[in-house]
Amino acid sequence: MRFRPTLSLAVWGVAILVTFASAQIVPLAIPQHVEAGSTFSVSTEGSGKAVLYIVGPGQALRHDVQLGEKIEFAPGELHNAGHYSAFLVGPSSTQTAEFDVIAAQPSTLSFLAKPSRLPVDSHAGISGVVYVFDAFRNLVLVPTDVSFELSQGRGAAQTRTVATNNGVVWVKLDSASQAGTAQFLARVGGVAEKRVIQQVPGEPCNLRMSAHKSGAWVEVETEPLRDCKGNAVPDGTIVTFIERNNGAESTVDVPLKRGVARTNLPANDGATISVATGVVMGNEIRWRP
Amino acid sequence: MTKSGRAQAVAPLLVACSMFGTLLLMSGVEQPAVRVANTDSVGPRALETQTTSAVIRDYLAAWNSLSHALDENDAHLLDADFTGLAREKLSDTIAGQQKLGLRTLYQDRQHDVHLIFYSPEGLSIQLLDSVEYDVQVLDHDKVQATQHVRTQYLAVLTPTEVRWKVRIFQSTPE
Repeated sequence: MRFRPTLSLAVWGVAILVTFASAQIVPLAIPQHVEAGSTFSVSTEGSGKAVLYIVGPGQALRHDVQLGEKIEFAPGELHNAGHYSAFLVGPSSTQTAEFDVIAAQPSTLSFLAKPSRLPVDSHAGISGVVYVFDAFRNLVLVPTDVSFELSQGRGAAQTRTVATNNGVVWVKLDSASQAGTAQFLARVGGVAEKRVIQQVPGEPCNLRMSAHKSGAWVEVETEPLRDCKGNAVPDGTIVTFIERNNGAESTVDVPLKRGVARTNLPANDGATISVATGVVMGNEIRWRP
Repeated sequence: MTKSGRAQAVAPLLVACSMFGTLLLMSGVEQPAVRVANTDSVGPRALETQTTSAVIRDYLAAWNSLSHALDENDAHLLDADFTGLAREKLSDTIAGQQKLGLRTLYQDRQHDVHLIFYSPEGLSIQLLDSVEYDVQVLDHDKVQATQHVRTQYLAVLTPTEVRWKVRIFQSTPE
């Protein structure tokens, strides 16, 4: 049921009036803040039977109580963090209160590391976002230090410690200059989460080829391809050779094999041969047999 | 950004909120007052006006779903607007209410929304909402009590195929 505008005010008005008219509303003695999952008790006064309701979007509880006795909450009974309304509805009065259930100690981390694969030497190329939760999966909103560590087999690890703000923290780190697998760790006290980041070679640097005669053909071959940090460009990377001769153009795409790309082109006297891979242009050769 | 530039950036958002409000009013649903704070500083990623409008629209729709779902004790009504942890926890609340014979009516009256964090990869957005709502408890369809509540909610929304869904929904002491 969702309230209609005209009906809604009337319904709420009547409900509040009825509540006031039929019962005296007095405050209920309940702690202002309760840690999620902890035990706590609520004192009551008077005599007779009553019902205690504790409601919030996070949880709804109902306890039959004997007025004058303490109402005990067992460990883990109220475990979802949030704001709660409490109503103790007795035979002659209704006592109300509001209180907050706050998250317990950090217990789990939700760690999102992006991307999982990127080129070496990328400035602020790796991002890590951490949400800190307690054992009941409540977001821990108390500022909490989170340590990040990005490390590779050899070389110094990058470390950063940042406090959470409203339960979340983020960092941006550089990828290493050496290709390989890096471990990206986020830690809060004894709780840690690990992600793996694959750092791959960047764009090739100094793409150079040589050409020599091979029968009726000219054989062209690149030097071993490396990125600007000296990492071998992975096999399978496509290298394109282009031969231009009297307005005609021949193109050959060759996958890198054992670090080099090699192919045969028609040996046309005066032809121009160029090489490229990705956005990188290599040298150009004018063929003279 | 200059003052006039900021005003230009906020204008479409205000128009979108007004249009959303008009649509709600036309549909007969009582409309909470909504205020959206300046979204200039949300962390590592720039926030476009269209994104802000979509997030606010979907967050307010989530309150509507929550209200229906907890009133009717029907967790399926959460599907369109909640996902992950938030959906699981609200479903648990509904299951608890069903078991106890309870229903709760939530009528949001006012939202003061402040977007505070947009993650670097654009996969989550976090907001704080100083909200006012009325809550009514019914035990086996008999009204037991009502209360006007003022508190602050923290929500994390994540993008899905066509809309933003609430993934974390938790009130925080103001």
